[in-house]
Amino acid sequence: MNLIKAILSLLFFPGFLFTAIIGMFLTWVDRKVSARVQMRVGPPWYQPYADFFKLLLKETLIPEGASKVLFYLGPILGLISMSILSVMIFKMNFSPDGSFVGDIIVMIYLLALPPIGVIIGGSASKNPLASVGASREMTQYFAYELPFLVVIAGIVLKAGGTIKFGEIIQWQRVNGPFLYSISGIIFAIIFLLVIQAKLGFVPFDIPEAEQEIMAGPYIEYSGVALAIYKITRAMMLFLLPLFMISLLWGGIGDWWAVLKFLLIIVLIILIKNTNPRLRIDQALKFFWIFLGILSIIGLVLTVNGL
Amino acid sequence: MGNIKLWGLKKSPWVFHVAAASCNNCDIEILDVLTPRWDVERFGIVLVGSPRHADALLVTGVLNRKSLPRVLRVYEQTPKPCLVIGVGTCTCHCHMFEKSYNVVGPYDKHLPIDVYIPGCPPKPEAIIMGVVKALKRLG
Repeated sequence: MNLIKAILSLLFFPGFLFTAIIGMFLTWVDRKVSARVQMRVGPPWYQPYADFFKLLLKETLIPEGASKVLFYLGPILGLISMSILSVMIFKMNFSPDGSFVGDIIVMIYLLALPPIGVIIGGSASKNPLASVGASREMTQYFAYELPFLVVIAGIVLKAGGTIKFGEIIQWQRVNGPFLYSISGIIFAIIFLLVIQAKLGFVPFDIPEAEQEIMAGPYIEYSGVALAIYKITRAMMLFLLPLFMISLLWGGIGDWWAVLKFLLIIVLIILIKNTNPRLRIDQALKFFWIFLGILSIIGLVLTVNGL
Repeated sequence: MGNIKLWGLKKSPWVFHVAAASCNNCDIEILDVLTPRWDVERFGIVLVGSPRHADALLVTGVLNRKSLPRVLRVYEQTPKPCLVIGVGTCTCHCHMFEKSYNVVGPYDKHLPIDVYIPGCPPKPEAIIMGVVKALKRLG
């Protein structure tokens, strides 16, 4: 019975289906706000769903000489990891007792899987532009993971050294969110920029840079495989702000969480629309030197109790 | 389910721009269609960078001996079902280049074209109308 319940929650609520539907709606919000910023009308609300059903109709081509298994493994890896992540985030926000030791580390690894899937798929598709995109994705992943891990370490220190996701949320419900301190604000800024890079939004859309290398790792994907990539991206757009609210802003138990969520989404979209794309070496320098030093300052402040 | 998929295809045609040696006027008009003034993203039309993502190919220019194999290759790389839309008078017939030594004849000798948009170059409004007519052909 428990197994059936687990599978159902993984597939429908709050797993794959729920997250995908909300996430696709958020991609529409992203496109509509971008259009309004550029003084356009923008697409209608059903646009992401139409895109998805359209892609199901198309045939899925595999390039000659590409590895079939790896070509399909790339998109599926990201989809599975995001479904598991959504179940974990929701479950531990609403029943923190279900938390187990080290689940925040499991979440970090689950967040690492979509870029790894993109790298595998891009390298398997036997296209020079896809290889360039995959190598950029790899470099960018190493770039943003350093400040991200330091921020997670700081949050764990703030919560009294616990590495349980549920206990971190409980701590904030008792003692107030971590955001309301100097180090908390520093961590939030870094977290926001890391979300930007994880989603592959401008200024960190270096791996898929439409104008330079077409769509980068996605260039050879068509049909269902491309639809799975789009869905994974949409689910990340929903889950990463929730992850940030859970870790820094007191969890998602009440209705205030909706407002917090919208604020983060709008900030992400505005950063996306007001910045040019960086080069890959500039992104590496930005994350390692600027944000790296900032995150260590935040860590020092945390140790001193600020 | 099939109806929903067809609805999706009609509501989100992603176009890939195949410039087969045109004089660039049609290409500039195509770019005009994508600017905020005409904003075809209202209809879900997005310009994509790879033929693998495309649902409609916008071909421009006169086919010649050099561009014919490239155009055919792009057409074969596009996942089906896909539409082919000829933009400009050059795609309807060979225009004033008909007697040229390296022109291999009009498009419909070589690949199936769904809609022709005449004009030298066609207006952005005409291009949008041509895409709408091509989508109506789907049923």
